[in-house]
Amino acid sequence: MLSVQDLKVFFHSDGNISRAVDGVSYEVREGETVCLVGESGCGKTVSVLAILGLVPQPPGEIHGGEILFKGKNLLTLDEETLQGLRGKEISMIFQEPMTSLNPVFTIGDQIEEAIIAHEAVERAEAHRRAIELLTDVGIPSPEERAKDYPHSLSGGQRQRVMIAMALACKPDLVIADEPTTALDVTIQDQILHLFRELKEKRHMALLYITHNLGVVAEIADRIYVMYSGTMAEVGNVEHIFRDPFHPYTMGLLASLPSRARKGQSLYSIPGAVPDPAYKPHGCPFNPRCPYVQESCTMEFPEMCDFGDGHFARCPITYEQKKGK
Amino acid sequence: MMEMKRKNGTALPEGGVLEAPRRTLFQENWHLFKKNRLAMAGLVIFIIFFFVAAAGVFLTSGRDPVFDPALVRLQEKLRPPLSKPNLETLKPEEVPTLGIYLFGTDDLGRDVFSRMLQGAWVSLTVGFVAVGIAVVIGVILGGIAGYYGHSQIRLGHLLACLLIGGGTIGIFSGRIAAGVLMVLFGAAVSAILIRMEDSKGRGPIPTGLSVLFLNLFSVDIFVTGLIDIMLCFPVFFLILTVVALLPASMYNIMIVIGFTSWMGSARFIRAEFLSLRELDFVTAAKALGVSDWRIIFRHMVPNAMSPVLVSATIGIASAILIEAGLSFLGFGVPPPHATWGNILSSGKDFLFDAPWLTFVPGFAVLTVVLAFNLFGEGLREVLNPKLRER
Repeated sequence: MLSVQDLKVFFHSDGNISRAVDGVSYEVREGETVCLVGESGCGKTVSVLAILGLVPQPPGEIHGGEILFKGKNLLTLDEETLQGLRGKEISMIFQEPMTSLNPVFTIGDQIEEAIIAHEAVERAEAHRRAIELLTDVGIPSPEERAKDYPHSLSGGQRQRVMIAMALACKPDLVIADEPTTALDVTIQDQILHLFRELKEKRHMALLYITHNLGVVAEIADRIYVMYSGTMAEVGNVEHIFRDPFHPYTMGLLASLPSRARKGQSLYSIPGAVPDPAYKPHGCPFNPRCPYVQESCTMEFPEMCDFGDGHFARCPITYEQKKGK
Repeated sequence: MMEMKRKNGTALPEGGVLEAPRRTLFQENWHLFKKNRLAMAGLVIFIIFFFVAAAGVFLTSGRDPVFDPALVRLQEKLRPPLSKPNLETLKPEEVPTLGIYLFGTDDLGRDVFSRMLQGAWVSLTVGFVAVGIAVVIGVILGGIAGYYGHSQIRLGHLLACLLIGGGTIGIFSGRIAAGVLMVLFGAAVSAILIRMEDSKGRGPIPTGLSVLFLNLFSVDIFVTGLIDIMLCFPVFFLILTVVALLPASMYNIMIVIGFTSWMGSARFIRAEFLSLRELDFVTAAKALGVSDWRIIFRHMVPNAMSPVLVSATIGIASAILIEAGLSFLGFGVPPPHATWGNILSSGKDFLFDAPWLTFVPGFAVLTVVLAFNLFGEGLREVLNPKLRER
């Protein structure tokens, strides 16, 4: 349904070009939950903002690639058509529920606004549907809460309201940009359950961005691991968690706290994410990679097919596997 | 079991839930505002002034007004306040409605109280309408500068504006054929610009037209430049110049004051928008497919209004003052209609014989302007959390 092909988003600042998203491809099929994983600053958010045409231009620039949604290339659509698409067919949930709601309107008003933006319905009808949505996302006594302002709700409740807004026009694809990062663990679990429940009920696809591997293991149908604006590894939960082939994915998994290594200090990948304006030559992971070889610093590696929909951008481990 | 008591002393209902007192934002602000005695005094005077002015317009207009501000009684001229009319020389319909001259009479024997009533309405409407115009212009220009600040004004945009503007002037000044031609040409240029901008990524711009896309300056620079230019002029003299060119009427005064005092609100709105634009809820609204126009006016303006509200309240005071000043100088509302400024102006010739002619309107202007300023200051303290705790 959604297919991003070789997307490049660059940012210009002070004469430098930051290659925030540098040739990323991914795909979301109908009714699927796809997770985009990677550390902060690896281009996850920018790549999904590009889907909705929300990358600020300037300083941003879509340098190339295609974003196909139901066969249309979103990058060539004019603003008006795109506006009709946002919220109606693709909607987005943001990371910070605290600041993503307008403080001067009641939450009921804001959900109605989402409905009225796309459908010619009466205010009363929109209000009825807003109440319905609030019930769906599990807000108790929705009639009264609809009259509340965002400041009187808790973080979890606000995120539920954000979800209700995103679902208002029954979109086919919901993009959730780290929706649970700002919430504590118990609320996080509730929200994940809510996502799963709503997804089954409404048959929508979910593109879930996170850096929390625990969340990924719980909900993903397919996982894309991003590193420094490029795709490092693709696979399902089994592939990524049991049998990772990209050294970055291995490092990520090794740095998870686990009971087996109780008492030892946590593993961390040495070094830091490269500045997107000054990326190392060749594989962007090469300065931090334990398996690094000379060829890694020479040329950008190809995506290697490990079979069964499992891909990793690392010829070194690919060779090792074939040699086995 | 320990009996829980609520703040007001009543016991908690059986199985009841303790709830924080629900107060709307308005109630909370009102509670804070009430503590400021001066601001409350300002508000009370403002409300009284409002009702007096509204009553004044009913009582002094019409064919047979209750208080006739234009009734000349030459035999009763320059009578001091609270003096009784000489019933022997007056016709019955000329006797003032109150039975006494509350604020005295002027050099033509007109009742100053009636004239003050009539003038109150002028002051009120001039104040509100002028500030209304200023705020509308300020919000639109400031909003555009804050929201679209990064966008570039291109040579083509300027050309289209000049052609359409020049053509319109041409049409109105008689050269219809040339004017229509210019407007059509301008429309063609803007059509080209819009078409080309929409077709991003559909191929390069033809070289012949690329000159139209030459970036000149950003929208932000244009609007802030306009604000700075307007701020360069001493407002009162600018208004004097414009008023001298226009026929004198109440409406012209309102419009001129409005068009020369929008800079403050434009700056406030622009500054607020620059920070609001980066907030998540604006991005969230965009992601929901809300149109730019709706985002600006429904989502951002209400968040940016509080400093504008304060400056508007104080702006009303200065608009009243400017109107009184213009009327005093004889550029304001034309004479048969009384305003506080022209009562003051005609009274200055009799300053020693009839001081009430200057004191009454002068004191009225002082009180109203002071009340608006105090009210505005109080509002500022309530709406700006940083000023609350002192």
